[in-house]
Amino acid sequence: MDVLQLVVSGLANGCIYGLIALGFVLIYKATEQVNFAQGDFMMLGAFVCLGLTNAEYMGLPFWLSVPIAIGIMGVFGYALEVAVLRRMFGQSQIAVVILTISLGFVLRFVAGFIWGHQPVSLDSPLAGRDVRFDGVVLGLDEIFVILTTVVLTGGLYLYFNRTRLGLAMQAASQNQLAAYYMGIPVKRLNSLVWALAGMVAAVAGILFASKGSIEPSVGLLGIKAFAAAVIGGFGSLPGALLGGIIVGLIEPFAARYIASGYSQIMPYLLLFLILIFRPHGILAQIHAKKV
Amino acid sequence: MTALLEIDDVTLRFGGVTAVDKISFDVREGEVFALVGPNGAGKSTLFNLISRFYDPAEGDIRFAGRSILDRPAHAIARLGIARTFQNIELFDQATVLQNLLVGRHRHRKGNLVSELLFTPFVRREERRHRAAVEKVIDFLDLQLYREKYIAGLPYGVRKVVEMGRALAIEPKLLLLDEPASGLSVEETQDVAFWIEDIKTQMGITVVMVEHDMHLVSSVSDRVLALADGKMLAMGTPQEVQNHPKVIEAYIGTAAAQEVPA
Amino acid sequence: MRTVFKTSYDADIDMFRHRAQAGWYIALLVIALVLPLLLDMFWIGEFTNMLIWAIAGMGLMILVGQSGQASLGHAAFLAVGCYANVLMQVDLGLPFIVTFPLAGLVAALAGFLIALPMTRLHGIYLAIGTLALAILTDDLIVIAEPLTRGVVGLFAPDISLFGVTINRYGDPALFYWLVLAVTLFVLVLYRNLLRAPLGRSFAAVRDSEVSARAMGVNVARAKAIAFGISAGITGLAGALMGHFAGIFNNETFNIIISIQLLLMIVIGGLGSIHGAFFGAAIVALLPQAIAISRDMVAGALGMGSVAIPGLETAIFGLILIGFILFEPMGIYGRWVKIRTYFELFPFYRKDMFRRQRSYLKTERMR
Repeated sequence: MDVLQLVVSGLANGCIYGLIALGFVLIYKATEQVNFAQGDFMMLGAFVCLGLTNAEYMGLPFWLSVPIAIGIMGVFGYALEVAVLRRMFGQSQIAVVILTISLGFVLRFVAGFIWGHQPVSLDSPLAGRDVRFDGVVLGLDEIFVILTTVVLTGGLYLYFNRTRLGLAMQAASQNQLAAYYMGIPVKRLNSLVWALAGMVAAVAGILFASKGSIEPSVGLLGIKAFAAAVIGGFGSLPGALLGGIIVGLIEPFAARYIASGYSQIMPYLLLFLILIFRPHGILAQIHAKKV
Repeated sequence: MTALLEIDDVTLRFGGVTAVDKISFDVREGEVFALVGPNGAGKSTLFNLISRFYDPAEGDIRFAGRSILDRPAHAIARLGIARTFQNIELFDQATVLQNLLVGRHRHRKGNLVSELLFTPFVRREERRHRAAVEKVIDFLDLQLYREKYIAGLPYGVRKVVEMGRALAIEPKLLLLDEPASGLSVEETQDVAFWIEDIKTQMGITVVMVEHDMHLVSSVSDRVLALADGKMLAMGTPQEVQNHPKVIEAYIGTAAAQEVPA
Repeated sequence: MRTVFKTSYDADIDMFRHRAQAGWYIALLVIALVLPLLLDMFWIGEFTNMLIWAIAGMGLMILVGQSGQASLGHAAFLAVGCYANVLMQVDLGLPFIVTFPLAGLVAALAGFLIALPMTRLHGIYLAIGTLALAILTDDLIVIAEPLTRGVVGLFAPDISLFGVTINRYGDPALFYWLVLAVTLFVLVLYRNLLRAPLGRSFAAVRDSEVSARAMGVNVARAKAIAFGISAGITGLAGALMGHFAGIFNNETFNIIISIQLLLMIVIGGLGSIHGAFFGAAIVALLPQAIAISRDMVAGALGMGSVAIPGLETAIFGLILIGFILFEPMGIYGRWVKIRTYFELFPFYRKDMFRRQRSYLKTERMR
């Protein structure tokens, strides 16, 4: 049963990583840009919700703050794309990486400025409640995280593969010029994707905040989530989730069974190995192209 | 005339598609050999096989009598085989001169340490490479464009630089992948003259993939027609152009059976 | 407007395009040499710091600007060089004159070996690989505690060179001249690289791997060599950094340093030697500039001087965002544009440096 608890908590963590990774992959799948600030988006989403919910700020009911926070992050993502990323049109991928890294720095500073650098807790009804059955105690927040993540991933997968909008986004990511010729409003779609990524990050942030305390540097979790996305397969939505779950599960088991110094490096070691032997991830999405 | 390049029963498959199906032909030393055929016939694939970007599933490729299938792609230039690319793969962030100088890489004699210290030996080598490249520039009339960055050059000039870079290797065999595609009539004329000179003055064997039948007939000694990865006909340009199978591949059988009204 | 009239190929092979250009740089060198006589020791320390960052920047620039491989983990090589240098002095008792170049070689070898499996990776995958590398190095230093003293860290001993003892605090001018000498050495190495076939092969690999291969360049080996040279130079910078900091541990070379190094050369101007120096100037002098302006603002508003955490990195980030959006060619790019404006006056055209827009074509089908 001990193992089960490890599994569930590892899964829950993995789902958070997976959600952040989902944000990465969303943006990458639609625009081939890599948003290194996705982890900081999550942090921002968590703090926005905190700022709406917690008594010392606005004190709104939790179930009201959540959609508002998600909405705010959606608008934030959209606005960011229009104001900043659109200007990167035609520049190299690395330039966008560097831009978003710097953005992360700025966001971290802004969050610290507004909400302070001390760890704070979100007043969430999910926190600290347990679900018991069969002698097993599982955290309600953890169950909630897992369920939400599965539903969200499924929804996004269907969106990208079944709806017109999703297919249009995929087309724009494969060949922008051709997409333009087909009448696809590429720029507007890109903004929508960033909005979507912002919202997913907000969900991740709120769920994360329900499990523990937050402070501005939790955005650095994004690096681990990024590793997870690469492990799972960078162009694949289910891959993002898979990668997140793998990383989430490795951590507690490594900590339990391997000496403490070594357990931390497990996710990155795995990443390194994947990059060498199967660079495009477990659910790889690369096809051979004729030269 | 001896066979410089031998393609021996080569087959290559991409998943379910057979791109090249048991192709066999020889290219004799000093000739101009053309590969023609509709799109998807496997012509560029053959080039990629010779350049060792792909491995054939079956068959052998021999250069000067020796199989090259055990060589990696970057060893081909040293053997004396140079190629151009259909979609122009020049180094955009460099000048024409620098692009051509990269073509001299095969003749590089320095090593890591001597180059980092830029010894007098390396300096002499640099002069030698520059002199060789200047010959190519003179041949192709690229003097005006020496210091210009590729990124700003028109398409026609880029095609010429692409050819120049291949010539800088001082190859025995030159593979030209659609040298005239996208060029105007005058530019194509220039290409024809250059191929003539490459053959007669430089003694380089040329294999080219080309769609422009005019160019093919005027410069080629022999032509091989391909379609769907299979060989259709081989011979002089006239023989191939009038071959029934070739006409069928390009135009269709109805034309061959057309009954005058 | 200067017209360069070339009479021999050497004009293109030489290090400087014409005598006047050489003149400018010689003047700069002279100023750099006499700087300790002009400024007080605090500023000499700052300039030393800047030069060390410039060396590291040049190291990374060779990789990113010349061979087009992005590295988000170069602090790992700073660490390797630093630890190798100090450990050889402290544990093996070897003199600086031996350990310093050896440290560079160790870092170069490490870079070369690490790069070999990673040469097939491109763009973002290489970046994430190097990121993982940096994090792994951080943790490995802690794991190898018996050797590296782990989190406790190491003290850098005084440098003993040709009978002279150089301590970073006791003899700042001497230390500055030592760092300047190393800077010049790396500078010459870099310039030689650019005009030799090796540098051209790097650029070829950067711009088109396919045709580089067709021209006979062994792409995997060229990438690994680029990595090796880059790591070696960065290792030298790391060794100097160790002596400059006096004490260091695994935290000194963390992921933020790696990222800062990359951001720095982008601000400075990617692809140019000047870029490394401009970027280093920003990184080294920005904290001072912020401190001074913060005091001025606080004084003007009558408030006490307040420490705002994270302000430096945030401002650094804002500067970078500004450059990426409005001046992607970096400080050096802006410098070139201004200089060209004056050179060509009044014929300067606004769109002279306009970049070709490239529409996105997926990299997933290659």
